[in-house]
Amino acid sequence: MSRAAALARLVAAAACPARLVPAMLGIAALGLVAAPPVQAQPAPEPQGLVLSLSKARVTITSSFSGDSIVLFGVTPDQHGVAPPPDVVVTVRGPNQSFVTWKKARRFGLWTNVESRSFLAAPSYLAVLSNRPPAEMADADTLRQEQAGFVNNRLIQRVGTDYADVVPGDPFRQAFLRVKQSQGLYFERTEAVEFIAPHVFRAVIPIPGTAPIGTYDVQVKLFQDRELIARGMLPLEVAKVDFEQSVATAAQQHPFFYGLATMLGALAVGFVANLAFRRD
Amino acid sequence: MTIYLPIAELPVNIFTLLALGIAVGFISGMFGVGGGFLMTPLLIFLGVAPAVAVASVSTHMAASSFSGTLNYLRRRLVDVQLGLVLLAGGLTGTLMGVLAFMLLRRFGQLDLFIALSYIALLGAVGTLMVIESLRALLRNWRGEPARIRRPGAHPWFLRMPFKMRFRQSRIYVSIIPVLAIGFSIGFLGALMGIGGGFLLVPALIYLLRVPTLTSVATSLMLTLVTMAAAIVLHAVLNQTVDAVLGLVLMVGGTIGAQFGARAGQAMKAENLRLLLGLLVLGVGLRVAADQIRQPADLYAVTIDETDR
Repeated sequence: MSRAAALARLVAAAACPARLVPAMLGIAALGLVAAPPVQAQPAPEPQGLVLSLSKARVTITSSFSGDSIVLFGVTPDQHGVAPPPDVVVTVRGPNQSFVTWKKARRFGLWTNVESRSFLAAPSYLAVLSNRPPAEMADADTLRQEQAGFVNNRLIQRVGTDYADVVPGDPFRQAFLRVKQSQGLYFERTEAVEFIAPHVFRAVIPIPGTAPIGTYDVQVKLFQDRELIARGMLPLEVAKVDFEQSVATAAQQHPFFYGLATMLGALAVGFVANLAFRRD
Repeated sequence: MTIYLPIAELPVNIFTLLALGIAVGFISGMFGVGGGFLMTPLLIFLGVAPAVAVASVSTHMAASSFSGTLNYLRRRLVDVQLGLVLLAGGLTGTLMGVLAFMLLRRFGQLDLFIALSYIALLGAVGTLMVIESLRALLRNWRGEPARIRRPGAHPWFLRMPFKMRFRQSRIYVSIIPVLAIGFSIGFLGALMGIGGGFLLVPALIYLLRVPTLTSVATSLMLTLVTMAAAIVLHAVLNQTVDAVLGLVLMVGGTIGAQFGARAGQAMKAENLRLLLGLLVLGVGLRVAADQIRQPADLYAVTIDETDR
C-alpha cells in the first residue's frame, strides 16, 4: 500500500469524522512500515510532498452559504527522527484589481482624498500555518517565498511605477485589514495540525461570498530555517445547476434575460394585484 | 434560511430580504415613491455590490409600481396624459444625466457630488413638505377654512405659453414647466441612481397643484415605465440584474405595496404629506451625518471597475 493510497483513505475518512480515528492509526503505522532507508545526502531534495483536498471543486448551489475544504498532506520522509517541518499553506483566489481609498475631512465633510491601485491582488487569500511564519525562517526567505500573511506580494501602482511597498505602508496595511474584515482574507497561525508525525491537516475556510474561479493552494515546508519542499494543488469554486444557468443567461443573452426579468416583474405585480383585490 | 444570489454572488437570509421588500413596498405603496432611495442603501449594507443593488432594485420597483398603478387605474386616479408629457421630458433628462455622470466620474468626485445632491435635495424638499403640511394641519386644528385655489392665482411659470388641459388632474397649465419637471427628474435619476418618485410627488403637488392622490398615482405610473426600461438597459449594458434577488424583493414588495396603498388612501392628505416629508428629511439627514461623522475606518477598498 502506497502512502498516497493511505492519504486517499484519510481524505475519504474526513467526510465521516467517526472513521477518522482508525484512519489515523493506519497512517501512523504506515509511517513506520513505509519509511525508506536513511538517506545519505545532508539536504533532502524538495520532493515527496503528497497533498490532497477533501474536495477539488466547491460547487455553489442555491443553498450555498460557505464551505470548508480539508487539505491533507504527507511530508517527505526524512531520517525518521527529525521533528516535523513547519508548514505554510497559502490559498489564493483569482486576481482582481482593487482601489484603496483614504478619507480625510475637507470643509467639514469626510471625502476620499487619496487612493492607491492594487493591481492583480488575490480576491481571496488564506494563509494557514502551524505557528507564526516569522518564526520559521529568515525574513528574506519568507518574503521571497511569499510565506506568511504580510509577505504576499501586492503590486501597487504609484504614479507610473508598479511595485510592492514596505509592509508598514498604511495603504497596504489598510487593504489587508479591510479584506480581513470582509471575510475574504484569513491569517491563521495555528490552523495546520499534525495528526501523525508526517501527516498534517488544515481546514481551508470558503466563505459564502467567495469569488468564483480557480484557486491556488500552495504548500511550503520549512525546516532548519530553509525551504525543504513545496507543492501545489488547484481548487475550483464554481456555480452549478440553477445558479449556473442564471449567470450564463445573464451573460450570453442579456437582452432576453432583461426582457424576461421585466416581464416576470410585471407578472408578479399583476398577480399580487389580483390576489389582493378587494372588490 | 439562506439563499445564494447568482449574480450578486453571495448568500443572504431569505427572510431578511422578504422583510426588506415588505417594509419598502409598504412605503412605496403609501407615498407613491419607488423606494429605491431606501432599498439601494439597505442592500449595499447587506453586502450586495452597488451596481448589482441599483440594477436589481429596479425589478422590485417595476413589480410594486405595476401593482400599485393597477390599483389606482381601477380607481381612475392616474393622469395618463400628464404622465406621458412628464415621460417625454424625463427621457431627455435621463440621456443628459448619463452624459453628466460620465463627465463627473472623469473628475473623480462623483461620490461626493451624489452625497451633496442628496443632502441638498432631500433636505430642501423634506423641510418644505414638513413645514407646509404642518401649516395645513394647524389650520385644520384651528378650524380655519383651507385656502381656496382661485383660477387666476397661478404662479408665473404655469401661465407660460403652450397651455394644455389635464382633465384628470383638474389643471390647465403650460406644458413647459411639466416638461422641465420631467427633465429634472430624469436627469437627477440617472445621476443619483434613484427613481425620483420622492421628488416627483412633491413637485406635482406643490408646483403643478395636482391633487395629492393623483400625484401619487401618476408618479407610480412613471416609475413603472422608467424602471421597466431600466431593467433591460442594466441587463444589456452592465449585466448586473440579479433575477433571484429581484424576485424575493418583489414578492415582499408587492405585498407591502398593497397594504401601503390602502394605508395611504385611508389617511388624510396632510398627514400623508407630513409623513413623506419627515421620511425624505430623515434620509437626507442620515446622508449628511455619514458625511460629517468620522468614519470608523478611514480606509475603504473598492473593486477597480476601470479594468473590466
